[in-house]
Amino acid sequence: MDELTKMSAAELAAVIAAGEASALEVTDAHLARIDAVDNEVNAFLYVASDSAREAARAVDRRRAAGEVLGPLAGVPLALKDVFATKDMPTTCASRILDGWLPPYEATVTQRLRQAGVVILGKANMDEFAMGSSTENSAFGPSRNPWDLTRVPGGSSGGSAAAVAAWEAPLAMGTDTGGSIRQPAAMCGLIGVKPTYGGSSRYGLVAFASSLDTPGPLARTVLDAALLHEAISGHDPCDSTSVNAAVPPVVAAARQADVSGLRVGIVPELGGKGYQTGVLARFSEAVELLESLGAKVSEVSCPYFSYALPAYYIIAPSECSSNLARFDGMRYGLRVGDDGTQSVDQIMSDTRASGFGAEVKRRIMLGTYALSSGYSEAYYHKAQQVRTLITRDFQAAFGVVDVLVSPTLPTTAFPIGERFDDPIAMYLTDLCTIPSNLAGNVAMSVPCGLASEDGLPVGLQIMAPVMADDRVYRVGAAIEAALDQRRGHTLLADARGLDHITKSLRPEATNHYDSWS
Amino acid sequence: MAISRDEVAHFARISGFDLAEEELDQLAPQLDEILTALSRVQEVPPEGIPRTSDAWELIDAFRGGVTEDPPLDTREPPSRAPAAQWRVGVQPIAED
Repeated sequence: MDELTKMSAAELAAVIAAGEASALEVTDAHLARIDAVDNEVNAFLYVASDSAREAARAVDRRRAAGEVLGPLAGVPLALKDVFATKDMPTTCASRILDGWLPPYEATVTQRLRQAGVVILGKANMDEFAMGSSTENSAFGPSRNPWDLTRVPGGSSGGSAAAVAAWEAPLAMGTDTGGSIRQPAAMCGLIGVKPTYGGSSRYGLVAFASSLDTPGPLARTVLDAALLHEAISGHDPCDSTSVNAAVPPVVAAARQADVSGLRVGIVPELGGKGYQTGVLARFSEAVELLESLGAKVSEVSCPYFSYALPAYYIIAPSECSSNLARFDGMRYGLRVGDDGTQSVDQIMSDTRASGFGAEVKRRIMLGTYALSSGYSEAYYHKAQQVRTLITRDFQAAFGVVDVLVSPTLPTTAFPIGERFDDPIAMYLTDLCTIPSNLAGNVAMSVPCGLASEDGLPVGLQIMAPVMADDRVYRVGAAIEAALDQRRGHTLLADARGLDHITKSLRPEATNHYDSWS
Repeated sequence: MAISRDEVAHFARISGFDLAEEELDQLAPQLDEILTALSRVQEVPPEGIPRTSDAWELIDAFRGGVTEDPPLDTREPPSRAPAAQWRVGVQPIAED
């Protein structure tokens, strides 16, 4: 059982295809792991044991019938609770959607099911994907498997924690300002924000529609590429979906070669305010790229320093409009419906008690930034900054093939440390936001542990729009070189769950369908 | 000061919710601090810079006027809704 949870997605698919283990055995091993550790990790909001086991049995039946299985058939996955699923509640970790069962299925989940991927359940997140720590979940924070007193990042923190805790080999997240890359970095995983429009937003509960991008989290670069390929491609149900061939990400992950590649360091994303261990691991990663044949130079992107304020105007502006639909009339929670209240009062009471503090903060910020008298000074300026940042990227990619930076200025911070300090929390997204504003692809790949706290550090690799394969080429080269130097994968060093793992009974299985 | 406590209460109301006094005590200074930090975007020279609303223009927002089957079975969504009595009061627009 334990061996199955320690395998990569690619290895699991091969084992299942060869008949060395059934998809059902693989699913049961992961459900047992969830049962053993998730009380402490809180990665899952909903575990769908019955439907997961049925999906696994379907893969086993297809194999028995002689069907050639796809590269992820039978592989379990944790799904961020922002994707609409007909057979599981979709809450976005918000009280206002508590118990909502969508009447339709997201394109991403349809494609996952078609690929034979087994969805284990819905992963915890910051409410409506607003946050950088998962502390904004209405159902309690997820915990970092490297150190349970620390955050796993966010907003896709439950997805990252599930993969890092060996509860699932793969997870789906969404990235609006860094919400895949940043938890991936904090948990020692690979996380990719594909090119905006490369993966469909249909069936994704909208936060900021011009920025939201679904993408993969995994323990290896190849696994991330396999998942990226499975969910990507044109979708006529999404008006911003790119109608072009999916970049060859799997081939690039297998290529793992950076010889001759031009790599640019962004001086604006580093230096003062960055943790010492983060800068040290970043410098070593750059030296490693050079030793592997890359040509490294410095490329200034002067307007990147304005990305953070521009993002925290644009994203709340879009969210203030998108979240207007949650009014107690159509979805989930309704408060004050006692037969005496007006519609307006019920809507107001429902929103007041259904939304958490961060969601309220952002809705009000957006309402302010879009209001007559303020929109010129805030929203319009932020949109101009967005243009300047896109131009910075265009100029940079005229002289280098990829840009690199730390994924975030620090390692995972203690739970509670930034919860009441929104500006400190927003600074977590400093390095990831530029790629959301410009729509280009970016990856976080682990590049070691910070010596001062022993926690993972992420290297961010950014490439031009629709050059998604390039980040996989670089990420796989870094991963292979570091794994070889270390003698094992980085995640093997995670010790946060040792106290549980040591006490596990080998046959400890308990299948359930429940809110955790 | 970028925003006063009264303005925060006003923006909450037009955002579709009221704030309790304790929430106002917490959110008003936070929003003031955040808006002051966000005002940095005003340092950027705007002359001749077009605004970007999306990473790129919408590419296939429109489709041909071809009749298709509805994406949802229209009977299904109501059947999935939780059982509840509909008791929302509506203000009368005319009195007898």
